[in-house]
Amino acid sequence: MPGDVLLRALDVTRRFGGLVAVDRVSITLVRNEVHAVIGTNGAGKSTLVNMLAGELAPTQGRVQLNGRDVTRWPQPRRARAGLGRTYQRTTIFPRASVFENCRLAAQAKSQYPFDWWTRAAHCHESSHRAERAIEQAGLAGQTQRLAGTLSHGQKRQLEIAMCLATGPHVLLLDEPLAGMGPEETERMLLLLSTLKPAHAILLVEHDMDAVFRIADHITVMVNGGVIASGDPDAIRVNADVQAAYLGESEAVGTA
Amino acid sequence: MKHRHRTDSAVAPLGLALVALAVFPFLGGQFYVDLVQTTMILSIFALSLELLVGTTGLVSFGHAAFFGIAAYATALLSPQADAPSLAWLLPAVLAATALAAAVIGAFSLRTRGVYFIMVTLAFAQMAYYVFHDTKLAGGSDGIYLYVKPVLAIGNFTLLDLASAHTFYYATLCALVAVYMLLALVKRSRFGHALAGIRANEQRMRAAGYSTYPYKLAAFVLAGTLAGVAGFLQAVKDGFVNPEMLAWHQSGAVLLMVILGGIGSLRGAVVGAFLFVLLKELFQSEALFGGFARHWQLPLGLTIIACVALMPNGVVAMPARLRRMRTPVPHAG
Repeated sequence: MPGDVLLRALDVTRRFGGLVAVDRVSITLVRNEVHAVIGTNGAGKSTLVNMLAGELAPTQGRVQLNGRDVTRWPQPRRARAGLGRTYQRTTIFPRASVFENCRLAAQAKSQYPFDWWTRAAHCHESSHRAERAIEQAGLAGQTQRLAGTLSHGQKRQLEIAMCLATGPHVLLLDEPLAGMGPEETERMLLLLSTLKPAHAILLVEHDMDAVFRIADHITVMVNGGVIASGDPDAIRVNADVQAAYLGESEAVGTA
Repeated sequence: MKHRHRTDSAVAPLGLALVALAVFPFLGGQFYVDLVQTTMILSIFALSLELLVGTTGLVSFGHAAFFGIAAYATALLSPQADAPSLAWLLPAVLAATALAAAVIGAFSLRTRGVYFIMVTLAFAQMAYYVFHDTKLAGGSDGIYLYVKPVLAIGNFTLLDLASAHTFYYATLCALVAVYMLLALVKRSRFGHALAGIRANEQRMRAAGYSTYPYKLAAFVLAGTLAGVAGFLQAVKDGFVNPEMLAWHQSGAVLLMVILGGIGSLRGAVVGAFLFVLLKELFQSEALFGGFARHWQLPLGLTIIACVALMPNGVVAMPARLRRMRTPVPHAG
């Protein structure tokens, strides 16, 4: 195995009443690798990400972060231990500047909640980390703009910048390309490739061209279970995957 | 530069207001001086709620609980005959209030949104009935406070709240101190984190903030500051009754915050003064004759009109008028 394993899920299962949203899924995220999770709508991808991030407790199974069992850790604790995530629906602070969005995210690393004397704006640690994250995410010219006034693509970049500002080792990206034009998609893929060497990245995405271009490893989910997992070439020729996707495109065609 | 200008324009009216309050006892009659002092106490109360509603986004409908608990603590802890020392009475009252806020907050912060509103209301009503229906503190008749506290070193009296003049200025100092403390909190990392929780709690948790302890800290701080107001009110009136923690008291302070403008400290103070002014106006028999008995009706209608015409409160009006007068150079 090349690289170090940063996040590992072992047989995680989530039931909602009688529905099994995620069924015994195991997944390994390695530094310097993009691991894509694809699947039809309702396949359980977002539920899986929520369990890895700690927003949802698994019914069964374990999650390990940097070799430590974090199954019972709540989300903020996992985040402080280096697990960053972005959301499918953009979750920025629209009425704050791009800088304050990232500075507040970076502040999570140096919270000092009872130092009421120092101004937040004078917190050098978080300001410094915010500036770096903004630059990395390609928003350097937009620092003082109100986050709510950014274009859709820029908001997605900001979402990633806020995630980077917390200094994570593992990135869980839930559909970062959703709703993006071709130019914005290119920029985002370039960004992901620059982030790859230092991070283990989980990418949930519907844009198949992008997934097959950038992923090192692909896991395919259908109805909560994994039907295939391997490198892009193996997935491309996998008969089960073709059946699942052909089935979907036929259904779309007749609808 | 732009930022600097904004700060200056905010400081000037504050300074003027402070000077006006400081010279008022030399100009107004005793009735009005009393009224202004009560309004300053209510301003402290409204400021404490503003930290929850405006900064943290927690709409509490039971904030009078802490106002009343502090008032009862003041009355119950005060000795019958000798003047108690401020040096132990105020800290003891605030500690009791903070404890109550920690307990009520720990439970109610498990809920969100409209459930939070209802649970805080339920706790406040529980506190109301504890004082209303038990013999703990005079039941529905309330309890008297016979002596006002003093602050003395040896035989030298620094502060005697029995003097109306001294007490007025002590109240003004308390208002300034609470205002400044909250201004500090709002610009600190803690305050920015609270603002982040108001805007998007999910994102804050994803960044690594354990939001529950943050909200609890804000709840306890707000409850304790409401306790400062309750303490002053009890000492001023020399009498405490269960109405101080009734739901309409919680509603009134919420209206003050909304009237002034949610999200601004100035708004809370302006809202408190406006609320008292409107109430006095509609209660005036000189102006409204017999109809003054139904003061709640015009007060309610006026507040509805204010909220409809000034959705962001009174303090947002100057900026809004300026925007209406000058054409907007950029679209969208």
